[in-house]
Amino acid sequence: MQTKVAPSPARDADAEIKLDARQVNFWYGDFQALQDASLAVQARKITALIGPSGCGKTTFLRIFNRMHDLTPGTRATGEVLLDGHNVLSPDTDVINLRRQVGMLFQRANPFPKSIYDNVAYGPHILGWSKPQINEIVEESLKDTALWEEVKDRLHRSALNLSGGQQQRLCLARALAVKPDVILMDEPASALDPIATLRIEELMQELKKRYTIVIVTHNMQQSARVSDFTAFMLMNERRAGEVIEFGPTDDIFNRPKDSRTEDYITGRFG
Amino acid sequence: MSLPLIRTLVDRLVAGLIVLCVSVAAVPVLVLFLFVLINGLPGMLTPGFFTDPPHPQGVPGGGVLNAIIGTLEIVGIGSLLAVPVGALIGIFLSEYGRNQIGNTVRFISDVFTGLPSIAFGIFGYTVVVLTTHHFSALSASVALAVLMLPVILRATETALVLVPNSLREAGLALGAPRWRVTLEIVVPAALGGIVTGALLAMARAAGETAPLLFTAFGNDIVQTNPLQPMGALSLTIFRNALVPYPNLQQQAWAAALLLVTLVAATNILARIYVRRIQR
Repeated sequence: MQTKVAPSPARDADAEIKLDARQVNFWYGDFQALQDASLAVQARKITALIGPSGCGKTTFLRIFNRMHDLTPGTRATGEVLLDGHNVLSPDTDVINLRRQVGMLFQRANPFPKSIYDNVAYGPHILGWSKPQINEIVEESLKDTALWEEVKDRLHRSALNLSGGQQQRLCLARALAVKPDVILMDEPASALDPIATLRIEELMQELKKRYTIVIVTHNMQQSARVSDFTAFMLMNERRAGEVIEFGPTDDIFNRPKDSRTEDYITGRFG
Repeated sequence: MSLPLIRTLVDRLVAGLIVLCVSVAAVPVLVLFLFVLINGLPGMLTPGFFTDPPHPQGVPGGGVLNAIIGTLEIVGIGSLLAVPVGALIGIFLSEYGRNQIGNTVRFISDVFTGLPSIAFGIFGYTVVVLTTHHFSALSASVALAVLMLPVILRATETALVLVPNSLREAGLALGAPRWRVTLEIVVPAALGGIVTGALLAMARAAGETAPLLFTAFGNDIVQTNPLQPMGALSLTIFRNALVPYPNLQQQAWAAALLLVTLVAATNILARIYVRRIQR
């Protein structure tokens, strides 16, 4: 059967699609939270999911690395292809998947351990040698512009860092296992404007090497940082749908759907 | 009358009530401690109280060395049995116990918490004393271990449940298997609560008398072999308080003071420890 996939400019022939969600439906118990949601995420680009609260953005994002497995009573159908392999199929090695698809959460959640141990945890799980781990810790902290700030207190508690530093530490921790994709769930919503700016600058650096999917309900942020934007909305049965998906410039300046236009011009949401 | 005045009066009234309630709760504890202190201090300052075993009746002097060693050893062995098992069950309940098995374990544990402590003595008697045909410190340790178990496992579960879920998600999102996230992230984050629970359970066990009556049995000779009958501070208090000899009664008071001090010190240490690692 030919699956219907939202036509979009992101699907042009020579673009490398890293993550391809097709017709994803999702239920929390009896409640359907996503309906036929499709999204083609291009490699080494930033794709933003925007839409009003409750439209299923975060639910959609968490399916990409199967974080929904942790919530009892959830069910997903459809396909999420990561390099051609369906993430949702039962034979997916979830542990491996999560090493490939890392995640940054809404609130910074450093482990109550030292700065070093936070970043080293992923490589430690992978069984890397001590010198390798030292190297990757330094590299990850440099990639997140934290190294200069923390290199003299690597073995002090991560909980003493500021909110923005903690979030960058969490990013460094995610980078340390060398993922391909990084999912970000409103990573700056708890940060002040300066710390937010630093995260956004980092995203521009990181997209040279990583594929990033970000959920945000800050439209300006989406317009500033993303290459592609998907606008989501819940339908009359409160299930989330992807209304429109395309290059960010088109979504914000030439929306095809009147609902997208209403949202981005601030008429609701 | 102006409104602010009424508010001020109500404020004073409620503040007064709170002070009254705190006093009702705190005064008996302070009075008890002072009472034990006044009655027990002279006995404690007698030469040999800490260093000698009891002397035969009629021989002056004598101490409670047998009971000090007994209490430490019986509670120590009991903790070695109860803390690992209790902590593991607590981890199971918090991380894997949101189901019927978990609820059953919780229910049984709550029933155990409510059992009279002499029932644990009967357990130790039946399981160890009857099978070995011998009163022993070990049988008392087993009885106390079963008594401590529900306290430890509930404290562990509570401490683990308080660990924010975001930490578990962070670990899992790095590709760590669930058991490693539990042991390497969740348990260390909750260590303060787990240690406090264990110390409080030990403090409670140290003060128990009933479970020791027909297990440890008591022994006036200094005994360190856990397979032999052994003295304990609570047994010294219980026995000496019932005899008509003033010097032994004084020894009972002193033993009570020592026991109260040990228990209070354990509690305070537990709190200091938690405060330090929470920083």
